[in-house]
Amino acid sequence: MTIDFTVNGRPVSVDAEPDTPLLWVLRDELRLTGTKFGCGIAQCGACTVHLDGQPRRSCITPIETVAGSAVTTIEGLSGKEAEVVQDAWRALDVPQCGYCQSGQVMSAVALLQEVPKPSDDDIDGAMAGNICRCATYVRIRQAIHDAAGKLEG
Amino acid sequence: MLKYVFLTASAITLAAGLILPAPAQQAKPHATALPQSLKSVEDFAGIADQRQRSLALFQEIGKVVTHPRCVNCHPRGDSPLQGDDGHLHQPPVQRGEADFGVAGMHCNTCHGTQNVAFLAKPGSIPGHEPWMLAPKTMAWEGKSLGEICTQLKDPARNGNRSLAEIQDHMANDGLVGWGWHPGPGRTPVPGTQKQFGELVKAWIDSGAACPAG
Repeated sequence: MTIDFTVNGRPVSVDAEPDTPLLWVLRDELRLTGTKFGCGIAQCGACTVHLDGQPRRSCITPIETVAGSAVTTIEGLSGKEAEVVQDAWRALDVPQCGYCQSGQVMSAVALLQEVPKPSDDDIDGAMAGNICRCATYVRIRQAIHDAAGKLEG
Repeated sequence: MLKYVFLTASAITLAAGLILPAPAQQAKPHATALPQSLKSVEDFAGIADQRQRSLALFQEIGKVVTHPRCVNCHPRGDSPLQGDDGHLHQPPVQRGEADFGVAGMHCNTCHGTQNVAFLAKPGSIPGHEPWMLAPKTMAWEGKSLGEICTQLKDPARNGNRSLAEIQDHMANDGLVGWGWHPGPGRTPVPGTQKQFGELVKAWIDSGAACPAG
């Protein structure tokens, strides 16, 4: 079937089986490989994108359910929250191996869009589904606080 | 094509050396104890005493309301439960003020409008529109059947519903109905939602008696 939606503001039309995960379409059809495959069962958060402005695990999102929606991937992330998060990530050298970081950044930006000045509990709640095997959690939390501070300033 | 994609993705995962937590268990240590069928209203017609019939009907209703497919989303705490053993939800999500998760991690971050079979392994992620927890005032976890019964009839703890509205909710609500169609890897609630709705109606019509305790 043909599914029409937008990715990073660009209209796309994809011919795929209805149950094909959005992640596979992004990576293998649209060649947007910044979004990662981690577990395939919504347990790790590496595949997080924004679907109509909300974080969404793309590995368990059938492409048929994306028709007419707006998808944002790490490649197209923009806006003030994205800018401060990217700046904070760079300033603190948050990534180690980096594999999970696109998902971490997508979740962090989504949090700041909803809660501009999050507490530690807010951060822990929002990031609970994003696993980092390098255990960069302390830097992630600090970077989100730093990004929130820049949003205020 | 899809196999190729999966193999590619698997290779990426292995190359990255991701160490993931144990996936949500599908272990069913209590599966054999779970009810497999639901009696019909006619099966209770032989009980002449109305109160005794009402109590017996609620015992049957209890097969549904104490089933893990129902209790797991009626938890007493701030986390949903999973599996037939009612273990804590993994990832460790929180209830949130609206029983729909917290900012940045709402239920629909993972749960869509329908059950979705995993392509990477057996099983599925459940879904329905809406997908959310029952409010804490409606918690069933750890309660006796009598306590659940009393709670169901208490407008302060049942969403300010009349008994007729409770019956309609049980018989027709889509999220309640999901329990009979939970997707691959989950034990469904016994019987059908239609049968369940009829049992609830018969229980109400017979006086809505609650078991002691």
